[in-house]
Amino acid sequence: MYKRIAFTVNGKAYDFEVDVRESLLDVLRSHLGFTGAKQGCGVGECGACSVLIDGVPTDTCIYLAVWADGKEIRTIEGVAEKNGELSEVQKAFVDEGAVQCGFCTPGLVLTTTALKESGKDYTREELKRELSGHLCRCTGYQNILKAAEKSLEGHVCTCVDSPHYKGE
Amino acid sequence: MYDIKGYYDAETVSEATALLAENPNLKIIAGGTDVLIKMHGGQLEEAELLSLRKIKSLEKIDLADDGTIVIGAMATFSMVFHNPILKDLIPILTEAAISMGGPQIRNIATIGGNVCNGATSADSASSLFALNAQLKLESKNGERVVPIREFYLGPGKVAINPGEILTEVRIDPEDYKGFAGHYIKFAMREAMDIATLGVAVVCKVQGGNFEEVRIGLGVAGPTPLRCLEAEEYAKGKKISSATLAEIGKLAVKSAKARTSWRASKEYREHLVEELTQRALKTAVVSAGGAEVV
Repeated sequence: MYKRIAFTVNGKAYDFEVDVRESLLDVLRSHLGFTGAKQGCGVGECGACSVLIDGVPTDTCIYLAVWADGKEIRTIEGVAEKNGELSEVQKAFVDEGAVQCGFCTPGLVLTTTALKESGKDYTREELKRELSGHLCRCTGYQNILKAAEKSLEGHVCTCVDSPHYKGE
Repeated sequence: MYDIKGYYDAETVSEATALLAENPNLKIIAGGTDVLIKMHGGQLEEAELLSLRKIKSLEKIDLADDGTIVIGAMATFSMVFHNPILKDLIPILTEAAISMGGPQIRNIATIGGNVCNGATSADSASSLFALNAQLKLESKNGERVVPIREFYLGPGKVAINPGEILTEVRIDPEDYKGFAGHYIKFAMREAMDIATLGVAVVCKVQGGNFEEVRIGLGVAGPTPLRCLEAEEYAKGKKISSATLAEIGKLAVKSAKARTSWRASKEYREHLVEELTQRALKTAVVSAGGAEVV
């Protein structure tokens, strides 16, 4: 069974028929070549396949391709400037040595990008919570957290009893 | 690829109930974080899916004029957590919502799906039990409202009839007004983990006594459950560590814990006894009572 869907990836419009059995990850990787989204666990636990759908971090391995109809999708391929210059979040990940094998990095950069673009303030605890859907099997979490904090400079509240935590 | 034989989208509830009436074999899919995982694991084959994702009216979270809290079944856990009405009136549900999975899962998983999946470990369940939530089910032939305690029948089994769709989770004003509560999820990790035990309590306090207590437990039996004996005991009792200790003991009597690879029966019972008391201690203070030391 096929369904016609229209959506954009990194600003470019697509309009074609997808097999209803396919996940968005299948479509992004196999049909459109956006291999920055990784297939990890396949069951929504590791976050390696995360992309931004209408700005919201989403696991694409458990998101049916047909659901992408009408959505704006952003993958890691669409984060850097057109001239190849890295985004501030990407630079922070490089500067802090937050990239080891790199498998979890696209998802983490995208989630951090969404946090940055939200314009909201976060406590360190909230930041950890927001990144908790990404597993790094190299266990490089300290540097990842540092990179996220650097990306959100001026928007991370380090006070212990921040008003943001429960009363945001 | 998922083992999907057919896929249908409904844009309104009446369209969905009409499609369901025509083909009762349709499997309803909401966020997909349970249904697609079951397919991935081979527990659901050749599925014909009816997606409710386009029914935007089911995402609404509202406070009715009479004080009834109405949560659309398609509201995601992120929507529940960030909703100011819920955070203000029933924080034990928003705390339960933020404890579930990780951000990407909360962004898509729905409260209606969590309930209809029928798992005892459903993170919303212990809070919804403690809040006496009512479930509105709609079919082509009409609608009915079922208390959540009558909805859970067994592991993965809920009292939804063929042709019915869960559309709303409702909480009556008399079930939350004047109550304060607390929710504790006990798990091995702080994120992306299934609860070893979930405890949600609400209480009303009057002059140093418990006026009313309700205790909801998840993963303490084949379905989420209430500790009715402990609740009955607590009524009118002076708030003291002795009372709390007795409530903890009675709560264990209502539990039907079993040994699984996550934890043994004995450990779960220990958790029930201890965490019920801890949750109540915090709830008492939020309800304006004195701290129990």
